[in-house]
Amino acid sequence: MTLTVERPEVAATTSVTPDPIAVAIAEVEGLPATGLDPELPTPTKELVIIDWSGDFDKVLPVLILSSTAAASGVRTKVFITFWGLLPFVKDQRRVVGENWMQKMLSLMQRPGIDHVKLTRMNFLGMGPWMMKRLMKQYRIASPRELLEAAQDMGVEFIPCQMTMDMFGLTREDMIDGLGEPAGAATVIELMGHADASLFI
Amino acid sequence: MSPLLEIAAIVDARGLSCPMPIVRTAQAVKPLASGQIVEVLATDPGSVKDFAAWTRATGNELVEQTSDGAVYRFVIRHK
Repeated sequence: MTLTVERPEVAATTSVTPDPIAVAIAEVEGLPATGLDPELPTPTKELVIIDWSGDFDKVLPVLILSSTAAASGVRTKVFITFWGLLPFVKDQRRVVGENWMQKMLSLMQRPGIDHVKLTRMNFLGMGPWMMKRLMKQYRIASPRELLEAAQDMGVEFIPCQMTMDMFGLTREDMIDGLGEPAGAATVIELMGHADASLFI
Repeated sequence: MSPLLEIAAIVDARGLSCPMPIVRTAQAVKPLASGQIVEVLATDPGSVKDFAAWTRATGNELVEQTSDGAVYRFVIRHK
């Protein structure tokens, strides 16, 4: 079956008429009048995500969006801060921190990508357990699988130095392949260059 | 499909949910040379729109797209 797409006459004519200002600028600059030079490669798009929450239902979209963006050729950086740091702690680290308060925090919120909790309906772990069962049933990738895919596709995860210090986390506590820890000024600069920035 | 296309890699994403068909395809395409062909099988109905968007975003070419109702088949040429 052939589909004929009817184009309105107006749209057809306006699309071919060059913008007189663009033509004038192009003449002065010695550039092609069409705007973008077809010889030049399309500039790489950039996405910055601030990953603040360590919750299952927020880590998941962070990982889905960042891995898909990187898979689509978008340069993707994820700044992991506050609770968002905890899923990026090595799984074998059970208690982290130097003093009793930091240790107690890590006991209450177990770090590691396999131990993320739900924002709502956590029910002492019953919620995430059911969610994981459902995800397996519908073959939805687990946070661990998505994290591995994101790292493989070149997503750069940048830990926040300040919150690492506050939680008593060292580079050795964190999983391999993370970027150099940085601070707010770095993120502000990254967001200034990015085509899109998200806070999740 | 046209007999001229020689498939360099196959991605079996049947049963996988968003975003894994796209992510696995991107991973499969990465080592290929320009012009090489990858065939993707998927069952996620969302993949129809997603592969159209992904090929537009990456510049890879969606050469063929077929479906038998349950399985979607995408033939993509690496840019």
